[in-house]
Amino acid sequence: MREVSRDRIKAFLTLLPSIVLIGIFVYGFIGNTIWISLTDWGGVGALAEDPQISYIGFQNYVDLFTGFLEGRFRQDLVNAVYYSVLLLAGAVGLGMFIAILLDRKPMGEDFLRTIFLYPMSLSFIVSGTIWRWLLAPQGGVNILPTYAGMEPLSFQWLASKESVLLFNWQNLLGIILYIAAFILIIVGLLGLKRDPNRAMKRWILPGVIIGAIVWLFGDLLPQAMIMEEMHGLNLATLGIILATVWQYSGYTMALYLAGFNGISQDLRHAAMLDGASEWDYYRRIAIPMLKPITISAVIILSHISLKMFDLIFAMTGPDNAETGHPALNMYLTTFRANDFAKGAAIAIVLFMVAAMFIIPYLISSYRQQKGE
Amino acid sequence: MERKLSPATIVLYVVLGILVILYLMPAYMALVTALKSPAEISLPTAWEWPSVINWSSFSEALDLLKPNLVNSLILTVCATALSTVLGSLNGYVFSKWTFRGSEIIFTLFLFGMFIPYQVILIPLFQTLRAMNLYGGLPGLILAHVVYGLPITSLIFRNFYAQIPTALIESARLDGAGFFSIYTRVVFPLSIPGFVVTSLWQFTQIWNEFLWGITLTRHSENPITVGLAQLAGGQAVSWNLPMAGSILAAIPVLLIYVFLGRYFIRGLLAGSVKG
Repeated sequence: MREVSRDRIKAFLTLLPSIVLIGIFVYGFIGNTIWISLTDWGGVGALAEDPQISYIGFQNYVDLFTGFLEGRFRQDLVNAVYYSVLLLAGAVGLGMFIAILLDRKPMGEDFLRTIFLYPMSLSFIVSGTIWRWLLAPQGGVNILPTYAGMEPLSFQWLASKESVLLFNWQNLLGIILYIAAFILIIVGLLGLKRDPNRAMKRWILPGVIIGAIVWLFGDLLPQAMIMEEMHGLNLATLGIILATVWQYSGYTMALYLAGFNGISQDLRHAAMLDGASEWDYYRRIAIPMLKPITISAVIILSHISLKMFDLIFAMTGPDNAETGHPALNMYLTTFRANDFAKGAAIAIVLFMVAAMFIIPYLISSYRQQKGE
Repeated sequence: MERKLSPATIVLYVVLGILVILYLMPAYMALVTALKSPAEISLPTAWEWPSVINWSSFSEALDLLKPNLVNSLILTVCATALSTVLGSLNGYVFSKWTFRGSEIIFTLFLFGMFIPYQVILIPLFQTLRAMNLYGGLPGLILAHVVYGLPITSLIFRNFYAQIPTALIESARLDGAGFFSIYTRVVFPLSIPGFVVTSLWQFTQIWNEFLWGITLTRHSENPITVGLAQLAGGQAVSWNLPMAGSILAAIPVLLIYVFLGRYFIRGLLAGSVKG
């Protein structure tokens, strides 16, 4: 027995260096960044031996969300949210579609899979450089229709000044509440079949009440700013979305394909015998069964889109306001303008948004492992 | 299975054919542009095959990017080797020597894989400066090893979960201890795990950009930073960036084409819970 316990100590000591490294480099550093974001570290002397740093509380965050000078950050944040949602829809939709096609086992399946997945192995700098050339206004993608005898496109993929889906930042609180109400109602509707009573009480009713209150009394909510400030999806971002979907739809395809292959063929045959069509099989059986895969894909892709830096850097350079993203803004604020405290605050905002997805995911996977 | 040429099958192949063309378009564009002489590159004829094939862009791009390629090679080989070995040991402990709280520690490790790296960038920058590692490759290697630990530990933990515990038990009854079980039983069975993990780490580190641009000085820039600078100017002649892109992509593309199975396993390990 003593041998075994000595081995256990050896096992722990083997792990210890990694625990210490992760403890410092992940958790310690996140804590340090939180602290920096609460100070005024920055300016000319920021990189001096012993810079003057003082604690200023949440001032950096207040500036970022309501200050006059930080409109660029707010636009970047709004743009990044739209970017994430569109990337998710595009990459999950297209990836699932290709996986369903390949699940019919066409000839050359291996070859086809290789073609759809190769973009994923490339660096964002490589794909960004190529896509920047492809999206040049008078060439590349825009002149493709001329080969089919049509007029060339004239869309300014990366430089368009137009934006759509605008909303007034002053009404931020109301919009957040509307989104919360919407999510509550959707969750409720999805759960309606399983437990109508609970779904009504816990989800739909609160959702409807919140929505109604905001609709009726929205004018009384405190406004985020004194002045009107419109933010929306910059159409120039569509070029970035196109390139990212090209690069990552193969990834979701590989996930779904692995999932489809894991489903027993008997289940498919049984469904067919019951008179289900191919379409019914995917819609009612295969895709619902692969819900864990869909969740993984959503988590990974939203993580990628929230830290997206390289691709935008390569496609438009870091300064292009039309394709702004908080990750680039953080880089410029920190390493160009030497405003370390504000850069840290931007990083924490990004981190918080990412954590909303990741922490529930990790907790549920931890519970599953314990349950095994 | 008997295959008939039904309308549905024809539609399937047509749709797949269109998709294949769409996915290959960027690669085709990179190749044609790299093979043109600068004078022949113009927007309206961007898609056309060059009238004279000009290979000199590749040697010119290679000259410009050679220091970056060498840096990336050193960085990638060192960081991949270290993080894979550490990941293997960690995975061995996490799957075969679990202790009270090891699952929590493992989950806390995984969290490090999902953070946007901007959130640790400033302290990392400061720490490397304080350790006198800022600007050079050793600092970058350290960063890649540390932040590679979650994924390498995850892949090996799931891989070792397939080794029957009975095998470990019988080795233990034969008097083998923690390390001799690893070297005699676990390690010899680990070759596929090492292949999957090191290929995954190799492509990730080769392709990384954010740390490359913020933590290294000019002479130590990895290939991604070199390529971004080559392509970044306003008045670029596009043959060089395209040739550079192809050069930067070749190592990972070779891995992907020839060892694609292992690459896909790494990719699935990073997302599907084991």
